[in-house]
Amino acid sequence: MPGPVQSIERAAAILRLLARGSGPLGVGEISESLGLAKATAHGILRTLLDVGFVEQDKATGKYRLGAAFVHLDSSYLDVNELRSRSINWADALAARSGETVRIGVPLESSVLVVHHVFRPDDSMQTLDVDSRLPPHATALGKVLLAYDADLAGRVQRSGLTSFTRRTITTPGKLAQALAAVRDAGWAAETGESVPGEASIAAPIRAHGGLVVGAIGISGAMERICDASGRPTRRQVDTVVDAARSVSRDITSSK
Amino acid sequence: MAQRYVMSIDQGTTSTRCMIFDHSGRLVSIAQREQQQHFPKPGWVEHDALEIWRNVDRLLPQALREARLDSAQVVALGIANQRETTVLWNKHTGTPIGRAIVWQDMRTDELVEQLRGEPGAGEVIRRCGLPLATYFSAPRISWMLENSPGLRERAENGDVLFGTMESWLIWNLTGGSDGGIHVTDVTNASRTLLMNLDTLDWDDELLSFFGIPRPMLPGIRSSSEVYGKTTRVVPGVPIAAALGDQQAALFGQTCFSAGDAKCTYGTGSFLLMNTGNEPVRSTHGLLTTVGFKIGTEPARYALEGPIAVTGSLVQWFRDSLGLINTAAEIETLARTVEDNGGCYIIPAFSGLFAPHWHSEARGIIVGLTSYITKGHLARAVLEATGWQTREVVDAMNADSDLTLNTLKVDGGMTADHLLMQFIADVLGVPVTRPMVAETVSLGAAYAAGLAVGYWPDLEALRRNWHRAAQWTPRMSTNRRSTEYANWQRAVELTFGWMRPHEGTR
Ligand SMILES: Nc1ncnc2c1ncn2[C@@H]1O[C@H](COP(=O)(O)OP(=O)(O)OP(=O)(O)O)[C@@H](O)[C@H]1O
Repeated sequence: MPGPVQSIERAAAILRLLARGSGPLGVGEISESLGLAKATAHGILRTLLDVGFVEQDKATGKYRLGAAFVHLDSSYLDVNELRSRSINWADALAARSGETVRIGVPLESSVLVVHHVFRPDDSMQTLDVDSRLPPHATALGKVLLAYDADLAGRVQRSGLTSFTRRTITTPGKLAQALAAVRDAGWAAETGESVPGEASIAAPIRAHGGLVVGAIGISGAMERICDASGRPTRRQVDTVVDAARSVSRDITSSK
Repeated sequence: MAQRYVMSIDQGTTSTRCMIFDHSGRLVSIAQREQQQHFPKPGWVEHDALEIWRNVDRLLPQALREARLDSAQVVALGIANQRETTVLWNKHTGTPIGRAIVWQDMRTDELVEQLRGEPGAGEVIRRCGLPLATYFSAPRISWMLENSPGLRERAENGDVLFGTMESWLIWNLTGGSDGGIHVTDVTNASRTLLMNLDTLDWDDELLSFFGIPRPMLPGIRSSSEVYGKTTRVVPGVPIAAALGDQQAALFGQTCFSAGDAKCTYGTGSFLLMNTGNEPVRSTHGLLTTVGFKIGTEPARYALEGPIAVTGSLVQWFRDSLGLINTAAEIETLARTVEDNGGCYIIPAFSGLFAPHWHSEARGIIVGLTSYITKGHLARAVLEATGWQTREVVDAMNADSDLTLNTLKVDGGMTADHLLMQFIADVLGVPVTRPMVAETVSLGAAYAAGLAVGYWPDLEALRRNWHRAAQWTPRMSTNRRSTEYANWQRAVELTFGWMRPHEGTR
């Protein structure tokens, strides 16, 4: 078994030091108090800065604990920020796939829709931002469940409501489906929430691979799936590409 | 046969972007470069025209490379540009005379004040549709001619050329000092204070009013026709469109019919409404401008309402007050409360623009009680953008006999659902967002593609426009009118704050 990871121990020490509250510290002060080489301390501070656990004072260049660390229990990425970051990719996904696009995040034991792009056919459609979707019966939900054991637990406890003949209603089947999602890196649902409708989704990942939401398309089964009822490769690739682009956008500038 | 595409350049205030679009109007590739902002003195803003040209020189091949295309697959190039920014250059060497003076630059303040007192000042707006203001190009040309010894004489001899950014780029792309074509389009020319709105030609009275020699001016062409072919960078591509950025957005949003309107919500916001074949003279403080002109067809005119402070109010809330970390968090904070709690913010940071034009007004926050939280302030920030839009729309409805029945929106603030819903609520009409957010670049591409027959007609372009989202009004009429009345009372409180000679703060 591998031993403790040294850089994590050091990062923890830096955070404890900053939490003592004697005011912001410079990289020199930090490296001296911990007996670290300045370059090492600097490298760790940069990473902590990237993930938002520390903040740097613009004027003095000194470090203090970041808001994200102080409020570690609250949501990592503001949902409106998530929408702002993904809007261009979501539009492109709708244009390429020809389908409705939604972005969802977990809320209690359901999926909260935080962004919605109309299907590009100019038919009458209504924005359903702020509405909630059942996690076990939608591709967005399956993605969120697959990477969040806590959410999965809550959903199992609240019961798996059946919407169509094809809805997954047993914990065993659901666990199997979620394992498959983790394997593939994307999720699909065919007629499980509305007969004749299908959806595909993929995870949006922040720093360190943390899943912060899911982006996906939904529409008529015959447009999303092939003759055998499986999602077409082309649509899956389009969704996975869009999810990667959003993830890249989020990690490159936070 | 290889696929064909249209390319566009958006020469903006902070950066230049090159994009390639396919036949469905979908974005295929994008390349971008920022340019340096020069602030040599308070109130002065300059760009280096050569730097911008060098950026274009790199961006065009880069965009092609990213899409793995050959320049032979590009059927046309369209240009959209920051408006009113003024460049003078030596016709024989291609060297710019000093730096370009950017539209935000205020150095012509005194000159404009002085011109207002001269005979003929009242004629300016009648002839060109714009009020005499530092915002437009003509006073900048006068300023340059005055402040550089011998320049006026060289300009009279035709050795020095004037252009806005599209003229500068077209001249360089078509050969520069070696046969470069010196042209501008009607939309850009309509922002100089020098073009007659009825004849669409340079107006002799206005030229003599500003003391500007005709030989230095570019030829005025339509917004959609082949001006010439590129001889450099990506040789052989027809340059087939030029439009000011806001007019390009109007075109990209397919606002082709009288009554169609769009608003671009960025740092500031610009609402333009197509008013058809006749210029509508505003009596409510709006600008009359050319919307676009396709080849030999009659020009389409537009009314424009510029709003100075919208996204920048959100930036102020973030950077100066530090109440949020990112612009988007304003929505999260605003949603922590039900309404504005009776609080209103009027962002008259440097006076009020359209339709009030009170330069002495300064911003206020009114209705403060101990009940007000930062959530209420966040709401008031977003609502300020909504009400400022409403004021411009009211002025447009009053000036023209057209009524707005939908507002098409674009720009960074359209990610904000609370704001978009509020705009629909206060206007009482649906607000729609298109699927392609890059409406400026798309508009230039559309106009260029149209000129070379890549798209057959406006109808084909309309079919490319798809709704990505729509917000419909939900606010009760009663609530709308009480809230609007409150806003208007708050606006009145800002008037007359600055006294003459108190300096400009
Ligand atoms: N979710 C949001 N809610 C409110 N305001 C926002 C939001 N996202 C961005 N903004 C504001 O929008 C502005 C940025 O929009 P945009 O990028 O279109 O602006 P721009 O700088 O004027 O455009 P460009 O750089 O293309 O010329 C900023 O002022 C920012 O404060």
